[in-house]
Amino acid sequence: MVPLWMFLLVGAALFSIGAYGVLARRNAVAILMGVELMLNAVNINLVAFWRFKTPLDMSGQAFAAFVFVVAAAETAVGLAIIIAIYRNRKTVQVEDIDLLRL
Amino acid sequence: MSFGNFTPEAFAFGFFTILTLGGAVGVVAAKNLVRGAIWLIVSLFGVAGYFVLLSAPFLAAVQVLVYIGAIGILFTFAVMLTRSMTNLTERFNEQWWLGAAAGVLMFLLITLAVIVPVFGEIEEPTSQIVATTEDLGVALVDGNQYVLPFEVASLLLTAAMIGAIVIARDDE
Repeated sequence: MVPLWMFLLVGAALFSIGAYGVLARRNAVAILMGVELMLNAVNINLVAFWRFKTPLDMSGQAFAAFVFVVAAAETAVGLAIIIAIYRNRKTVQVEDIDLLRL
Repeated sequence: MSFGNFTPEAFAFGFFTILTLGGAVGVVAAKNLVRGAIWLIVSLFGVAGYFVLLSAPFLAAVQVLVYIGAIGILFTFAVMLTRSMTNLTERFNEQWWLGAAAGVLMFLLITLAVIVPVFGEIEEPTSQIVATTEDLGVALVDGNQYVLPFEVASLLLTAAMIGAIVIARDDE
């Protein structure tokens, strides 16, 4: 079987690419896409560790399933907020959305 | 696994790695966010392939249904509802190099702290017997295991659904 460290390496690379997207993009939707990539990287690690270390215990898969749930909720609310902001401000560039700045 | 004898599993792993990381780079670099959403779907499909390789077929199915089916379409809708996203002139902010440095640093840190200790040690799983989807289903509704988080998760989904409707609704 493919060794554990290769899965972890892919997870780390995916997480870092997602983090770069979150930190560097100006568009709010693109930032949310970066968050999705990071959540998926975490899921790869969870399932890989589950398969290699505790394949008879369900904790790893159950944790990954809850990450799915939280990711779905986060995307739904996040995109709703972006649509509401777009309706009010006609922009989704995060640098222009500074309502809370003094 | 040695690189000498190239198993079909290793080939599949390489294929899914190209899909996952290539899609991720496409998402981060996309000028047109409709294409970014497509790249995201490609990347998520690669992750679903990993779940199959790791003998978690239920998670792979949920990945395709929830992530590709629901979240991918949701992103496409959001891109199309908020215009002027199809041709972004300035994709990255002024601190993009700082973000790139943070990403590279994080990758090196994770590699050093997590991957180097297990490098070459855990080649094979501890057991060839794997829990099935039935075990996962039982665990999620078992009073001694995950029934409480399961119910909280359904409550969270309901709250998020109502919240999304309320936030996105046009008041006028």
